Amino acid sequence: MSEKYNEIPMAGNIIEPGNSLKYKTGGWRAERPIHTDETCLWIKNGTCGRCWIYCPDNAVVLTEKNGKYAYAYNYDYCKGCGICANECPTDSIKMEKE
Amino acid sequence: MATDNKPAVSIKDMIKKDRILNSGHRMCAGCAAPVVIKLMGMALRGPTIVCNNTGCLEVATTIYPYTAWNLPWIHVAFENAAAVASGVIEATKVMHKKGRFDYEHIDVVALGGDGASFDIGFGAISGAMERGHDMVYMCYDNGAYQNTGIQRSGATFPGQETTTSWAGSVIPGKLERKKPLAEIIAAHKIPYVATAEPSNYRDFITKFRKALEVEGPAFVHAFSPCPRGWRSATGESIALSKLAVETGLHPLYEVINGEEWIMSSASKNLKELKPVDEYFKTQGQFKHLFKPEWEDFRKRIQEQVNHDWELLKKKCGVD
Repeated sequence: MSEKYNEIPMAGNIIEPGNSLKYKTGGWRAERPIHTDETCLWIKNGTCGRCWIYCPDNAVVLTEKNGKYAYAYNYDYCKGCGICANECPTDSIKMEKE
Repeated sequence: MATDNKPAVSIKDMIKKDRILNSGHRMCAGCAAPVVIKLMGMALRGPTIVCNNTGCLEVATTIYPYTAWNLPWIHVAFENAAAVASGVIEATKVMHKKGRFDYEHIDVVALGGDGASFDIGFGAISGAMERGHDMVYMCYDNGAYQNTGIQRSGATFPGQETTTSWAGSVIPGKLERKKPLAEIIAAHKIPYVATAEPSNYRDFITKFRKALEVEGPAFVHAFSPCPRGWRSATGESIALSKLAVETGLHPLYEVINGEEWIMSSASKNLKELKPVDEYFKTQGQFKHLFKPEWEDFRKRIQEQVNHDWELLKKKCGVD
C-alpha cells in the first residue's frame, strides 16, 4: 500500500475483492514443507488431497493436466504451520528448518 | 462465484471450485477457522452474502487496506451478525420487488466466533431463529475469546486455563460446564441444527449444504482448534478436532425441526469413547489437570462427558 492521499478511494473503501493476495505471509514461516512425489497419492492417481483441503492458507497448489497430476507449494503464503505434514497419510511431506 | 449446483466433496471437484477466502489473510499459522471457511465455500450453491460478527476471523481477514474475502461481506458490531443477516434478507427482498436487484433468492450466511455466538450475540441469534429468516448461522468454536487475549467464554471447557480463569492453587481453570448451544438452538424448533468439525470434511460439506437448502433458519456449530490459545502444536489442529469427536467432547449430530435427532456416522461408529485425558494431554491449557490435587476434578469431567454422551445416544436412538 503506497498510494498517495489523493489516490485512495472515496471513504477509504476497499474496491478490489480478495486483494489480500498482495500481502505475502510467507515471511512468517519458521519451517518449510518439502514434498516428495514418489509416495504421494495425488501424484499417483489424483486422490487424497488432504494437504490441499486442510491448508489454511491455500498454499498447496494441485493441478491436473491431461491426466497428469502436479504438486507445488506457494511459498509466498505458506506460514509453515505443518498441518499438511501432519495430515499426510503416506508421510510424503517433511518439515525442514528455513 | 461458480454457480455449480452440486456441493464439491471430491478433491477433483474441490480444486475447480472458486475459493471464497484468499491467501494473504492474517489468521495465525495452524488456525482451523480458514479451513472451516474453505469447506463452507465448497458447499455454497450460488450468490451468497456473508455477515460476520467481530472475532478472530473478522479482524484477521480484513485488515485495512486488504480484504481476503471474494464474496460480498458485511460486518457491523460484535453481537449482531444474526440481526444484520435478517436485515440483508429483508433488504434484498424489497430491492428485488422494486426491480433494483437481479437475484430472486440469495443465500445469507452469518458467521460468528464462540464469544459472539455463545455469550454476546446470543440474543440476536435467538431472535433471528424465532423470526424464521431463511439464513444459516455458523459458529466456529475455538473455545475462548482468542482474538482479544484468550478470555473465558461460554464455550470454554471445564478445566481449561484462560487469562480470566487461571489455574493455580485455588481453582483448576474454568469450573463451569460448556453451554450446549446447539441443543439450545434446537429447542427453538428451527428446521435444521447440526454440529460439525473440519476433519470430517465430507460430513461438514453435506451438513452445510443441507443447512442452505432448508427453508427457514439453520444453525451449524463448527469446532475449530486454536493453536495459540490452546498451547498446542500448530500442525495438530485438524488432528485435535478429530480427537474432540472421538473423546465425546464435540459429538456430531443433526437435529431436524427440533425433534428428530440423528447422530452422524463419525460419532455413531465409535465403539466407545476415548478417555478425555488423551485430549487434555495434547494441549498446554490443560496441563495443570495432571497435578495430583486435580485428579478428582478430571474424573468429574470424564463422568460429565460420559453422562452427556449417554443422554445424546438416547435422544438419537443409538445404542
